Amino acid sequence: MNRKVLLIEDEPNIIEAIRFLLSRDGWQVETHSDGTDAVDVIRAVRPDLIVLDVMLPGKSGMDILRDLREIDELAGLPVLMLTARGQLRDRAMAEKAGVSRFMTKPFSNTEVVTAVRDLYAQATQAPQT
Amino acid sequence: MGRDTLTGSRIRERRSIAGLRQAELARRVGISASYLNLIEHNRRRIGGKLLVDIARVLSVEPSMLSEGAEAALIATLREAAVDAMAVVAETDRADEFAGRFPGWAEVLAAGHRRIASLERTVETLSDRLTHDPHLAASLHEVLSTAAAIRSTASILAETGELEVEWRDRFHRNLNEDSRRLSESSKALVSYLDDSEISDDRRGVPYEEAEAFIAAHGHHFTGLETAETNPETLVQEAAEQLGSAAGRQIALGVLTQYAADARAMPLQPFLQALDQVGMDPVALARRFRGDLPSVFRRLAAMPEGALPVEVGLVVCDASGSILFRKPVSGFALPRFGASCPLWPLFAALSRPMVPIRRQVSQLGRMAAQFDCLAVAWPQGVPAFDRDPLYRSAMLILPLPVAQDDTQWTGLQVGSTCRVCPRKNCEARRELSILSEGF
Repeated sequence: MNRKVLLIEDEPNIIEAIRFLLSRDGWQVETHSDGTDAVDVIRAVRPDLIVLDVMLPGKSGMDILRDLREIDELAGLPVLMLTARGQLRDRAMAEKAGVSRFMTKPFSNTEVVTAVRDLYAQATQAPQT
Repeated sequence: MGRDTLTGSRIRERRSIAGLRQAELARRVGISASYLNLIEHNRRRIGGKLLVDIARVLSVEPSMLSEGAEAALIATLREAAVDAMAVVAETDRADEFAGRFPGWAEVLAAGHRRIASLERTVETLSDRLTHDPHLAASLHEVLSTAAAIRSTASILAETGELEVEWRDRFHRNLNEDSRRLSESSKALVSYLDDSEISDDRRGVPYEEAEAFIAAHGHHFTGLETAETNPETLVQEAAEQLGSAAGRQIALGVLTQYAADARAMPLQPFLQALDQVGMDPVALARRFRGDLPSVFRRLAAMPEGALPVEVGLVVCDASGSILFRKPVSGFALPRFGASCPLWPLFAALSRPMVPIRRQVSQLGRMAAQFDCLAVAWPQGVPAFDRDPLYRSAMLILPLPVAQDDTQWTGLQVGSTCRVCPRKNCEARRELSILSEGF
């Protein structure tokens, strides 16, 4: 079965580019563009990993991440956060909220694919608790 | 202004350093407080016996006042010593240092001025980057589009065999995004140009109105004499007040100004000030008015009419700032929320109770202020309806303290982003200072 990644991003051309890159890398890519019901979508899709934008319509990626970490069955999901806001305080806030990796826009394609691979590898190798 | 025309300013500075009230100095040299006020604002020349008498009371050489050889330099050296905080400087020997090593003293003072200027720039830029919603949205748009372009271009350049359908789609995306980037960059540059060059800030109604009022020195002679009315003033300022919302705000402020001026006409108000001093309660009693009206009236006095610079800030019950008249050393943030420790906000929790606190703002210059605040209900009270409160705070600079260690006043900030205070219960967000900026 394919490894599944959920991309939550509202920029259509970024969605297209990342979908292409990860599909080529063997991922099944699901996408969603609205923050409001993002947690419900995560529950429904059950991805192996999430690529999450910070500034989303309806609800920020930071709030979605915080909610996620409060839900037992989703708390351990690896989350790669993409943001145009790369200030120290944004990074600190994301780390506090439980981000797995933080990447600022504009990003390099190789970095995104490598980060997704690494996070998946770490998550699957981590001992189950 | 020439050196000799600044004698009054030097007298004022020396008087502040000596902790002497204007009325007291005037009494001791046998002149009226209002005449000394004119002298201190360089509106009357001074020399001869009076200069010698004032110098004697202030314990300085008359030449120090008339020539001011080192006065400004010494004041800057003292400021530098205060700002250095941890460093123990011989502030009582600043005169001697400036006299013996004027070149080095000037180097130190210039460095201090430069630091203060750069700190202000950092505060302004950081404040703006953090809180200006238009700028934040524009930057986000530019960076997101750049991310899409970079990613798409990399795919086209680095993917060896790309299906025609994908290639065409990515070319189309690239074309769309490059056009979007071009437009959003232009809009951003245009926004920055407008806000840097123009006196007003288009699209921000409160700032339009504020810039218009500040351009008049917060004083409208035509309204004092009833030679004009608020509507005419606003119509005549069509260029400065570009938006309908800005014009409406300015009209509200000017209408209130005209009402205050009718209730407390300029000349009687100045006479009352001469008699009772800067005492808002006594002034309110004298004119049978209320404290907010007196605060506004004090902030509307012509330049040089008051012994000290006066700042005023008014907010509504949500804490939104509705009016600001800045005063040197007390930072009023342009964007974002102010420090909740200000007496302005304490007054909102105790409506109709005047609150007075001596405060100092943390930061580069620990200037001290007497802050007087009161909250009052807007409009006529009605049954079955909660009153809407506003709060006003008058900000009066205190004389420069010789010994900060005895200071027991309230320490406040301007806004969290640029406040160095640690372990503050009122903190909303991290400070750039704590991030080692």
